[in-house]
Amino acid sequence: MSTIAQSHETLGHHDGHDPVGNATFGFWLYLMTDCILFSSIFATYAVLGHNYAGGPTGHEIFDLQYVFAETMFLLFSSTTNGIAMLGMHRNSRTQVVNWLVVTALLGLGFIVMEVNEFVHLIQEGNGPDRSGFLSAFFTLVGTHGAHVSLGLVWMVVMIFQVMGKGLTQPVRSRLMRLSLFWHFLDLIWIGVFTVVYLMGVL
Amino acid sequence: MQETLFGKLTLSAIPYDNPIVMGAIGAATAMGLLVLGLITYFGKWGYLWKEWFTSVDHKRIGVMYIVLAFVMLLRGFADALMMRMQQAIAQGGMHGYLPPDHYDQIFSAHGTIMIIFVAMPFFIGLMNLIVPLQIGARDVAYPFLNSVSFWLTASSAALVMISLGIGDFSHAGWSGYPPLSETRFSPGPGVDYWIWSLQLGGIGTLMTGINFFVTILRMRAPGMTMMKLPVFSWTILVTNVLIMLSFPVLTVALALLTLDRYLGMHFFTSDLGGNQMMFLNLFWIWGHPEVYIVILPAFGMFSEVVSTFSGKRLFGYHSMVYATVAIAVLSFVVWLHHFFTMGAGANVNAFFGIATMVIAVPTGVKVFNWLFTMYKGRVEFTTPVLWTLGFIITFCIGGMTGVLLSVPPADFVLHNSEFLVAHFHNMLIPGALFGYFAGYAFWFPKAFGFRLDEKWGKRAFWLWLVGFYLAFMPLYALGFMGMPRRLVHYNNPAWQPYLLVAAAGTLVILAAIVCQAVQLVVSIRNREALRDVTGDPWNGRTLEWAVASPPPFYNFAHIPHVQSLDAFTDMKDRGVAYEVPASYQDIHMPRNTAVGVVLGGIAFAFGFSMIWHIWWLALGAAVGALGALVLRSADDSVDYILPAQDVARMERERRQLLAAHEQADTSSESHLAHQG
Amino acid sequence: MSLWPQWVLACDGDCGARWALLNPKGPIAAHEKGLIITAFALMLLVVIPVIFMTIAFAWKYRASNKKAQYEPEWDNSTKIEAVVWAVPAVIVAILATLVWKSSHELSPYRPIHSASQPIQVEVVAMNWKWLFIYPDLGIASVNRLVIPAKVPVSFKITSDTAMSSFFIPQLGGQIYAMAGMQTRLQLVADQPGSYQGLNTQFNGDGFAGMHFETVAASSQDFDSWVAQVKHGVTPLNEETFKTLEVPSENVSPRYFSSVEPKLFERILQKYLPNAAAAQPGQHGMNSTM
Repeated sequence: MSTIAQSHETLGHHDGHDPVGNATFGFWLYLMTDCILFSSIFATYAVLGHNYAGGPTGHEIFDLQYVFAETMFLLFSSTTNGIAMLGMHRNSRTQVVNWLVVTALLGLGFIVMEVNEFVHLIQEGNGPDRSGFLSAFFTLVGTHGAHVSLGLVWMVVMIFQVMGKGLTQPVRSRLMRLSLFWHFLDLIWIGVFTVVYLMGVL
Repeated sequence: MQETLFGKLTLSAIPYDNPIVMGAIGAATAMGLLVLGLITYFGKWGYLWKEWFTSVDHKRIGVMYIVLAFVMLLRGFADALMMRMQQAIAQGGMHGYLPPDHYDQIFSAHGTIMIIFVAMPFFIGLMNLIVPLQIGARDVAYPFLNSVSFWLTASSAALVMISLGIGDFSHAGWSGYPPLSETRFSPGPGVDYWIWSLQLGGIGTLMTGINFFVTILRMRAPGMTMMKLPVFSWTILVTNVLIMLSFPVLTVALALLTLDRYLGMHFFTSDLGGNQMMFLNLFWIWGHPEVYIVILPAFGMFSEVVSTFSGKRLFGYHSMVYATVAIAVLSFVVWLHHFFTMGAGANVNAFFGIATMVIAVPTGVKVFNWLFTMYKGRVEFTTPVLWTLGFIITFCIGGMTGVLLSVPPADFVLHNSEFLVAHFHNMLIPGALFGYFAGYAFWFPKAFGFRLDEKWGKRAFWLWLVGFYLAFMPLYALGFMGMPRRLVHYNNPAWQPYLLVAAAGTLVILAAIVCQAVQLVVSIRNREALRDVTGDPWNGRTLEWAVASPPPFYNFAHIPHVQSLDAFTDMKDRGVAYEVPASYQDIHMPRNTAVGVVLGGIAFAFGFSMIWHIWWLALGAAVGALGALVLRSADDSVDYILPAQDVARMERERRQLLAAHEQADTSSESHLAHQG
Repeated sequence: MSLWPQWVLACDGDCGARWALLNPKGPIAAHEKGLIITAFALMLLVVIPVIFMTIAFAWKYRASNKKAQYEPEWDNSTKIEAVVWAVPAVIVAILATLVWKSSHELSPYRPIHSASQPIQVEVVAMNWKWLFIYPDLGIASVNRLVIPAKVPVSFKITSDTAMSSFFIPQLGGQIYAMAGMQTRLQLVADQPGSYQGLNTQFNGDGFAGMHFETVAASSQDFDSWVAQVKHGVTPLNEETFKTLEVPSENVSPRYFSSVEPKLFERILQKYLPNAAAAQPGQHGMNSTM
């Protein structure tokens, strides 16, 4: 979705209209629809969150320290993404590429930790088919994870585009949107961390 | 091996043993082959591919949407016909010609098709065709995205069609309530066809919503403030807000059901902590705004039609705009009225009941405003006006029964009955379909340069109107007789006469649809006589009439400056409507691309392989889609420049045509001569 | 005063079966019918003038009528605007008070005032038949509901299958039957008679045959019916319940001379989100909202 929306900005001026502005605005709108998507899943989690069906509760399966470490990966990746964006404003291709690589690695670390958590839960018999609560948990966290994974693919694409095309106007515009996307996922994660993990354990 | 390659798909998925289904497949295939054969015979494949399938021109995409809507209307209507015939005969000892298993699929498919693949593509098509012209823009905000949206819709419609011959469609109703739609009760591929066609089409619609919202907000001609935005574009703007706010909820509802069905999760199952009512909540949080998503654009079309053919400004434009916004806001706080009977407390029911009735106020205001637009006007009874008048009268009755249903205790006895069926058809057929038909007759000359035949159009209208009353008024009565919806068979002789009348009504509607087909053929054959050279056949009031019919692919050689709500009327009054600009400028245009079609094909492959659990193909399709997007994003030359001299040449040609036309009938009542 | 044309109300013997909603046989249904007619009449106050105006305006201002006034620029009138916003608003305001009052008065949870003690009936929707358990009497029946006339009936309703909807049109409104959830309904029959009952919520292939007869009997007749059923030989226990769980269509009435205690709770229990912990009674629909 996001990659499609961005591909049109090279159209140049539309007679006083501004395609780069359109693309950014459209991307904001997309993020808002994504926000609604997450809200619906959050609402579902709120409704099903205590339907343990004899299975484990959040208190029994969540390891707050582990998730905290996971959270740090994502939060730091937002900071490093910010440094990459500073590099873009400074016209430094190297800075952009290097810090995007760091960001992607941190994001990858987050995903690996999440997958690891999932695998452990499933191996212990607490998979998403165990109870309504676990279905909602896996889906909410997993949807966020899927977004981060797609963001990683996008980031890799952008690393190559920066290397191949340089910091052209379209590339900058895409980097801006990638950065928006990445910060947005951070925000969602803070919601997940609070609603699912903190409130589940406390 | 077989399972790895083909998943659950085997030859037994084709219902050889069911003559009715095979007949339907035969007819559909024959029709499809006929079309393909004709295209091949006339050697039009290259033309279609280059000029239509790969087009990113909003007008072309709009026409393709409307063609899709008409094709699916035939399918959805065939379903309706089969249901009515079944209910007309399946009384007492007679069991009709459809077994429950087949009948259940038909009503599920009918609802899904009519809402998602007729109403949606029809208005989205008209919106594509008209909105950019009406706001004085050369294009939509994201032309490529637009092409992707269309092909996603088309491929999900293809999924519904193919369910006819391979496997079956959902038995669980168009709203797919769990736990009936869960694997415990619906283990087959039917519900999966329903899920994936809705899901893929829904994603396409969501992208369209963003696309047109940005287009209207950011690409209006200079001078066109929000309060000078034509009312059709206003309703479209609000509709797209509704799409953006509600479709993500549908995505989630369907996705969670998918997870239940594919990964054994427990969102909506009866057991292990699922909550079936959560699906109803999510589904109707989308579903109720969806009603207004299909109705508001029609309201906009009626407004344009009434004002144009009354030769008069729209009465109470500001009220119209506020009413549209009010309806949109309210549409999000009424969803629970779809299940008053779930046993929520009296306070909850009363709240949602009252919120529902409040919608009647802005809707009523709209009706009055249309009436006062005719007041002191000069109403020409053209086909679009007939559709509008038929709508106003019929819609009042539907609105009344709707308010009735919003009284919770009244709903307790009328819910799930034929009364309810009559009510929502009474809203959607006049409220949406009649509007689209009005828009179709109104804007057809804009798309093709010639008008539709009036005589056949009026025949179609009267047959539709009479057919509608015959088909649905008896259902209101049946509701009072306690007849529930979705019955494949009943034991009550008192119901049968009413169902026979309803069946007859469907046949009258069939005649109406035949008239519409004839109208199209006759109009194409007489296109020279029906030709409109001016681009302004109705003395139009808004900017879409300022350009040639069909419009040049760049729409406006020179973007007009807007000074008034009825921008084109105002330009004609000031004598600047056909002013020749001193010079032309280069125009940036998007290049056609096959990526949209390819993504549509991939989406189809993905949906089909998910339905049949062909995992390798699903994975391949997902990777393919991602790859196509990555490649597309690396392509920085997605546009080209149309040089000013080409624009000048095309505009000169159009002016010569106009001049010749004017000379030919200077004495006649040509609008141009009028304003000249 | 009735607003219905005569032919609609005309009774030709089987009127009840024919116009079920217009021939209520209990106070709840009668109240609901009255509500429909009142709301209908109120709305006609707007709808009839609108339909009349549509035809009148279109005809008077037809293009060929050059005598009619033509004001192409006239597009606004504060007076008219005020009226078109106010009239529907007033009618909706009246209707809204009606909604508020009636929603509470006719809430399916609200017990019916009566001199007699209500009789308890537990209803289970199954594939594709209705099971009625009389917990206080220790008997049960399938697809025939027998109740004493003039005595309020207090229903507890659940489902052992997909969502269904329990409805006896001549006695009052319907309510969903949902697995793992218990809904309530209060009805009373004014007079002895036989009333059609049905499922209105599509729940699969056997849906069309999922109806039952409701017999409201005088108290003596009811007592003798109970005694007769108790004399029967088939108990409703785990074994017979299993045979009921097998899907079947167009099922004829059956009776059970005794019922395993707490069977209804057990059916409810097997779907509850926290099977071990929860109290069945607390899982009405209110928990969803």
